[in-house]
Amino acid sequence: MRQLRYREALREAMFEEMARDERVFLMGEEVGHYQGAYKVSEGLLEKFGERRVVDTPIAEAGFAGVGIGAAMAGLRPIIEFMTWNFSFVAFDQIISNAAKVHQMSAGAIQVPIVFRGPNGAAKQVAAQHSHSCAPFYTNIPGLYVIQPSTPRDAKGLLKSAIRSNNPVIFLEGETLYGVKGEVPDEGVEELIPIGESRLVRPGSDCTIVTWGRPYYTVLAAAEKLSAEGIDCEVVDPRTLRPLDTRLMVESVKKTNRCVVVHEHWPYGGPGAEIVDQVQREAFDYLDAPLERVTGLDVPMPYALNLEDKVLPTEERVIDAVKRVAYAS
Amino acid sequence: MMVMRRFEEEAARNYAKGKIGGFLHLYIGQEAIAVAVAEVLEERDYIFQTYRDHGIALARGMSATAGMAELFGKDTGCSRGFGGSMHFFDVERGFLGGWAIVGGHLALAAGTAFKSKYTGEDSVTVCFFGDGSINIGGFHEAMSLAGLWKLPVVFVCENNQYAMGTPLERTSPLKDLSIKAKGYGMVGDRFDGHDVEVVQARINEAVERARTGGGPTFIEVLTYRFRGHSMSDPAKYRTSTELEQRKQQDPIAVVREKLTGLGVQESVLDDIDLEVDEEIDEAVRFADESPPAREDLMMSTVMAPEGES
Ligand SMILES: Cc1ncc(C[n+]2csc(CCOP(=O)(O)OP(=O)(O)O)c2C)c(N)n1
Ligand SMILES: [Mg+2]
Repeated sequence: MRQLRYREALREAMFEEMARDERVFLMGEEVGHYQGAYKVSEGLLEKFGERRVVDTPIAEAGFAGVGIGAAMAGLRPIIEFMTWNFSFVAFDQIISNAAKVHQMSAGAIQVPIVFRGPNGAAKQVAAQHSHSCAPFYTNIPGLYVIQPSTPRDAKGLLKSAIRSNNPVIFLEGETLYGVKGEVPDEGVEELIPIGESRLVRPGSDCTIVTWGRPYYTVLAAAEKLSAEGIDCEVVDPRTLRPLDTRLMVESVKKTNRCVVVHEHWPYGGPGAEIVDQVQREAFDYLDAPLERVTGLDVPMPYALNLEDKVLPTEERVIDAVKRVAYAS
Repeated sequence: MMVMRRFEEEAARNYAKGKIGGFLHLYIGQEAIAVAVAEVLEERDYIFQTYRDHGIALARGMSATAGMAELFGKDTGCSRGFGGSMHFFDVERGFLGGWAIVGGHLALAAGTAFKSKYTGEDSVTVCFFGDGSINIGGFHEAMSLAGLWKLPVVFVCENNQYAMGTPLERTSPLKDLSIKAKGYGMVGDRFDGHDVEVVQARINEAVERARTGGGPTFIEVLTYRFRGHSMSDPAKYRTSTELEQRKQQDPIAVVREKLTGLGVQESVLDDIDLEVDEEIDEAVRFADESPPAREDLMMSTVMAPEGES
């Protein structure tokens, strides 16, 4: 298989789907002439022209709403938020309109739209620019929420998201855009179904559930733990709504322990939801309470020494695994 | 103006060295506007700015050391290392922040103006934002309320021709943005921003109007940023000819020429430059040697203390 960067995988997904389906278009700030604030859409304007790669002014509520309206009328918009932090000014459009109209109209109106862009902390961009947004959107019935960790999942899931007949929240990672990974060769089409988790690393001693940026932190921690004789099994949910707990539960029945590692704040959100579901479904198999390693419960400070404390670290993952394994 | 210029040139250097992180948006080229506004305002007045906030903070009297230490993420910084470049604060001097969500702070400025009216004091709020901020809902709602309630606020749109990589003609069907004022029932004004005296006189009119109960003003100041949008922007969307042409109107060069024309000796101006160089060198040294931002504050500043209200 080829090695591609995460951003290239996303670009290919959009490229292929736009080539396949005339109704698909990309809209957002700096997506065209500037080639994307993070260069995800590089080259798309040259290929598809201004009708289908649409630069907007800074007006998130406006262009999110335009996208939803266009989707209601049969187009298939991809709306890029320069970062998910800026989706908050468009929150009402997503929550009150995109997520509601299908049921409000008794199924008469569909909203096949993808909202995508980088999510979570980057590096030292401080409190207003570092939101990990999954908890806000996973709370809403009427939305799918996807947060891919690898280039392959990014491509396969974005293609499925674009073909979905429902509004999809697609959370990318700014710090992941440069990450390389295997992606199926050109001409081999892979559609990864929405709502399927993935077994990332087999192991027998402790289950770790993780996604997004901490995925890589966890894999590094798992290597170190295995050198110490603790063999971790890692599961990536990939889609956060709907949540597929099958693999997690199966895994915990085998390892009897579970640590959930995520960047978002600890209060609620998919992290807490996973703990709730797994403890219920695997209660009789648990040898320890489930643990979570999360972003700390504070607005993100600018200073690097503090940001490093807020985000999940290998050390915190290792400590948590040792606690549930009673190995510390 | 020289303090701002040298402060930011040094900041850019230290960004390249990795001493400063995150986003760093430079105000270089726009300095005359901040200086003029600071000159016009009284101590009791309020100021809001976007993330491009070093210039106005320094003009308002923040020390270069407090600013540089903030960029370095240090406890001695103006936001104690919590804000960084985009979130300078200097509450004592009425500088209520650099804000990083486009359009988000305009209503806050209407809010401090509301307070002035509420208490009957004659303080005024000046709110800066860019040409890219005129399309977002936050602009419309803040302007609507300020106009309706005749709040003592001056909205200063620093039109530097670009919103990130997008020139104004691709974000607005209007050439003259100041005509928007009419729709909100307020006075509009529009002028060049490279001559500090012109800016000062026109800002003064608007501030006086606000202070004396004449309501808000929407001002479009025509200016230009000499650097990219932020440190990560190579600014490929404009030509070097355009940039060079704009640099002919460097506000600092304009002032210098005026002063020498008035008979001020070059050597006097050079001495000022040297003094500023020392001040900024000292700021960098101070920032470098300062203690890091504090972890205990990270926890204790999430919520304000309860007790006496
Ligand atoms: C709501 C929102 N959308 C997008 C952004 C990203 N962004 C930051 S600055 C900027 C351009 C703003 O341009 P302008 O208002 O002209 O101000 P300038 O940077 O030129 O001073 C953009 C798109 C943001 N901060 N907030
Ligand atoms: Mg601008």
